[in-house]
Parts: sequence; structure tokens; C-alpha cells
Amino acid sequence: MAGLRVSGLRKSFGAVDVLKGIDLEIPDGAFVSFLGPSGCGKSTLLRCIAGLEELTEGRIALGGREITDLPSAKRDIAMVFQNYALYPHMTVRKNMAFGLSLNGMPAAEIAARVKNAAEILRITELLDRKPRQLSGGQRQRVAIGRAITRQPQLFLLDEPLSNLDASLRVTMRAELSALHDRLGVTMIYVTHDQIEAMTLSDLVVVLDKGHVAQVGRPLELFHRPANLFVAGFIGSPQMNLLPARVAGQGADSIALALNGASLTVPTAGHHPIDPSGPVTLGIRPDRLEIAADGQLSGTVRLAERLGTENHLHVDLATGGQVVVITDGTHPARARDTVRLRIPSADAHVFDADGRALPRKLDAATEALITETEGPTEPARP
Amino acid sequence: MSDARRISSRRRPCLVPWLFISPWILGFLFFTLGPMIFSLVMSLHDWPVVGERRFVGFDNYRVMLTQDPKFWQSLGVTVKFAAIFVPLNILLSFLLAVLLNVKVRGTALFRTAFYLPSIISGVALVMIWKWIYSKDYGLLNYGLSLLGVDGPNWLGDPNWSILAIIIASLWGLGGTMLILLAGLQSIPKELYEAARISGVPAWAQTVYITIPMLSPMLLFTFITSLISAFQQLTIALLLTKGGPLNSTYFFAMYIYDNAFKFHDMGYAAAMSWVMFLIILTLSMIVLKYSAAWVHYEGEVKGGGNG
Repeated sequence: MAGLRVSGLRKSFGAVDVLKGIDLEIPDGAFVSFLGPSGCGKSTLLRCIAGLEELTEGRIALGGREITDLPSAKRDIAMVFQNYALYPHMTVRKNMAFGLSLNGMPAAEIAARVKNAAEILRITELLDRKPRQLSGGQRQRVAIGRAITRQPQLFLLDEPLSNLDASLRVTMRAELSALHDRLGVTMIYVTHDQIEAMTLSDLVVVLDKGHVAQVGRPLELFHRPANLFVAGFIGSPQMNLLPARVAGQGADSIALALNGASLTVPTAGHHPIDPSGPVTLGIRPDRLEIAADGQLSGTVRLAERLGTENHLHVDLATGGQVVVITDGTHPARARDTVRLRIPSADAHVFDADGRALPRKLDAATEALITETEGPTEPARP
Repeated sequence: MSDARRISSRRRPCLVPWLFISPWILGFLFFTLGPMIFSLVMSLHDWPVVGERRFVGFDNYRVMLTQDPKFWQSLGVTVKFAAIFVPLNILLSFLLAVLLNVKVRGTALFRTAFYLPSIISGVALVMIWKWIYSKDYGLLNYGLSLLGVDGPNWLGDPNWSILAIIIASLWGLGGTMLILLAGLQSIPKELYEAARISGVPAWAQTVYITIPMLSPMLLFTFITSLISAFQQLTIALLLTKGGPLNSTYFFAMYIYDNAFKFHDMGYAAAMSWVMFLIILTLSMIVLKYSAAWVHYEGEVKGGGNG
């Protein structure tokens, strides 16, 4: 077990800069997700940590040990690939034992490790089968089993669930989480699926175009996105973003003018921002309220009724559009005119550069996002 | 009336597919199956090109196997050639394919260069090699003389002639190489990355990953090289004409001579059938024992460890 430190990491493929200076501190025993849209560099970052790509610049240390220039095999890591990367001509047992036996580990030790990993993942009865005789979920288990037999300090998982069907993905998600609790080893998990990242992780690293956009606990990203990118990326449907102007600001509040309406948003104390620049007001769809005294008015373009809730797509009278989530029994339908209220405590404010002003949260939410479980004291058998 | 119409309308959709496939079927009947049966009939006759044909039953086969030392000699030469050529062809093609699979500047140029001999005509190829092998004016012996070695008479010495033909034949390994190269490129790179992370050394990656993953292509090239080795004719015919002392007198050349020099079509046809049976038997033996070492990606065999 060991924490990972990445500093000043840059990676270019020819003229294309994929990673543009990554600094990361991953605590020992944490389950960390690299989350981002395709092309953000999350897989490349993982491959750099694995030693499969040479760094253009920067250092990587694992458990205080410098591993930047070590070959993959000496880094004390294991990796699970998206397409499993099982050796198709070898049995499951051989797949798990192959690397170990070539490194001169005694046969008895290998057998014990394979047996242990197979029991953890409940694949004992599959040990003598070939990969082609296994289902996708079973193959994924074998790939994870092969990683476990290495008993690494760090697990790297590259979108391990994306080739599975939806229901299996939910099951495997729970199993991965249980596995992490059981092994207590640091795990890095690359995904483009925010639900996977939110449900599995102690920490999420959101990447955007080769930069770290934000590192935080899952709910912290949701309630306190550091910038417009994270605000728009985390949460579904997306946060509504509306252009606004600064009407006035105090030490811990900011008054905004948006399309005739005005709104004073409390902050957790912020440095005054340039009042002439444009700002953005963000409000999550489930926080917008339909109310007669609402600041915004618009026409419902589309009402999606999902049963428990309705998603109303509203064209605002002043231009632009928002999505509102209402209770499933709300009667609003297409072409209805509605007024929407923005509860000021739920609003996010972003300055001209897209950086969030520190948001003031109520005590319950504050407790929720700073709640510690998992990374500090992982359960050890 | 109505019955007849119903039958004809029912029949028509059956006829149409046959019509579409008929060019192939007719081609196969007239150019493959027909000649095969014809040659089988021929092989049971004393069939001079000009003159009376006479049915002789299995006489041609009996004479060949019991009274014709040249048959055994030419078969011996061919087997010797195949035994050296086939493994060398596959080994060198594999090594070349591995080299050409490395991403370096000019890979495309090298690939073209190594494939080039496969597209030039066999006759032109022989002309080049004739010049290379020439005892007194040859490029090869000139090269050797620079090293102070007095080169042998490549094409005139029975000890060297078969080797000369093997080397010239190997020059055309571009096709085999291309198949193996395509095979190499279809191996998922994650397998090697997984192996790298597990600390599997490069030699072991080749032995335990590359070769098993390439095994279907290796089997295919093994069988096709075997077949082409047994059919070896052009190079020997033009380079050495079977000499010296019949040291390069291949089985296929003996067939050719029987047919077109001695005008004994029946005997030539019988020999062709013997060659066909030898190739068929060898291929079947190879296929039968290949299950142990050939791995097919898509195939799911029953019974646990297939």
C-alpha cells in the first residue's frame, strides 16, 4: 500500500500536448477516479503512471519511492485493461500465473495466490477454462484476479466496466467497491461515467483537456464545483448556466442582475471580482422551482415525464433555455407558460474566467461533503 | 391450368439462385473438376500425345512405384528441398515480419522492398539469380572473392545446386511474410502491455504470446509452403534444368518431362495424382496435429480445454 504523487507531469505525442502539467497527491489506500470526457487525457495519465508511456516531463513517486524511470514491472503496480487483455490461448489459471512464474516465483506460492484471488472473485470453478468460454463479466473478474495475484501497491483500472452491459456494470461496481474495502490497496480508476466515479470513489480527479479541473470528494464536486467545466460535467441533467452581470457585492454575498431580474447570492466569503466582467449563474435543474413569483419566465418546449419526476425543457422569454426537474405529478405540459424561481442559496456563481465563487452551504450539506470514510482508515483483515 | 401455373411459379424462385451462381459452377466444372477427372482417366491409360490410346489400368502406378528409379530419385530431391525450404521459409518470413512490424522511419519502404520479389515474374527472378550464381562472372562469387574465398560452382556442383535453388526460392518469401505481418498486427497490443506490467521478458512475450497468437497464420503458411515446395518447377527448370547429375531434378520437373518431352501423358497424369495424394496426406497430417498448437480466437470448442 502506498500513496501516489505526480508532479509537473507533461506528455506530448509529437506536436500534440495531451497532458499539460498534472500535479496530484493520492492518499494511501484511497479509491480514486480519473473522470473526464473522451480526449481529456485520463487514460494517458493512467498509462504514464503504469509506465506504458514515457513522460515528456515530470516525476511520479509511489509510496515515497521514485518510479519515474522504472520499467512497468518494477513499479509494484497491476493494471486491468478495458478489453481485459487476457491471453486467449491460456486457461484462466495460466493467465493469472503466467507473469509470476516467469519471474521465478515458487509454484506453491503461485498456486496459493491464484487460489486466493479466485476465491475472492468467485471464479474457482472457471480456472481451467479458456477466456473464450467465459462471459464478459467473468473475463473482467479474471482480469482483476490476475491483477490481485501480483499483490501490488497500486491498482490501475482503465475503464474496466465499459465493455459490460448495464446491469452487469451495476453488479461489478458493487463488487469492485467491496474488493477495495477488502484489499485496502490504493486504486486508480479511469472512467468517463460520472455515476461510476461518484459511487465508487473516495476522491475524483476531473480532467479537462490535459489539465486537472478539480480534485475532490464526489459530493464536493457536485455541491462545490470549482469551475464551469466541473459544474457542467458533474450532474445529470446538466446544471443550467445563465449569463448575468454584477449588480453589487459584499464580503460574503454578490448581487446579480440577469435579464431584468435580480438575485443576491450568499458566498462563503470571496475576493471582490471585476464588476464590469460577465459572470455566470448556475442552478441545478432540481433546484429550480416553478412559482408564480419566480424571477424567470418561459414557455415549456418539451415535457419529459419519467414517472417519479418530470424534466421540463423551458425556453426563457429573454432567450436561452433551462431544464427544470419537477415532481412527477406536476401538471405542466408543452406550450405552458411558467415562472421559475432561483433559490439564492442553491445558486452557483462563476466569474469571467469560469472560476466558481466559494459557495456558502448549509451545515447539513457541509457535513455531508466533508464526511470522511474510506481513505483514512481502510479496513484491513 | 391453375395447378401447372402454381408449380411453375413455385419453381422459378428455385432456379434464379442457380442462374446467378452458374458462372462459378460452370467454371468449376469445366476448369477444375472436369480436368481432374479427365487426368484421372488419363492416368489409367497409356496415352501418347500422338497415336493410339490404350487402357492399362493401374499399370502406370505400378511401374512408377516398382520399376522407375527416377521417380524415387526425383521424389527424394523434392522431399529434401521441402524439408529445408519450408522451415526456413517460415522462420525467415517470421523474423522479417517481426522486424517490419517495428515502427521505424521507412517501414513502408522496407515492406515494399521485401515484397517486390513476389510480384516480379519467375523467369525474371531466375535470370537475376543465374547471374548472381554464375561461377566466373557471378555477383556472389565476386563478393566471396573479396573476402578471399574461392566460391563454388553454385549451379554446376551437385553439392551446392539444391542449396542455390533453396536460396533463390526463399527470395520469394514476401507473400508468407505479408501474411505473418498481417497476423502480427492483429494481435492486441494490450496483451504485450499486460505482459510488460507483469514483468514478462521480451523473449517470453515472443514465445508465449506472439507465436501462439500467430499460430493460425503459421499453420496456413506451413501448408501453403509445403504445397508450393512440392510443386517447385520454374526455378529449377530455368536455373539448372534439373542438373547437375539430376541433383535438382524435382518431382514436378519429372512430370513436366514425361508429359512434354517423352509425350507420355498417361504416366504424367498418374504422377500428378501421386503428387496430389502426397500433398493431401501431408496437409491432413499437419491439420490433424495442428489442434495441439494452433489457437483460434473465435472458435469455442466444447469440453473444457480445447
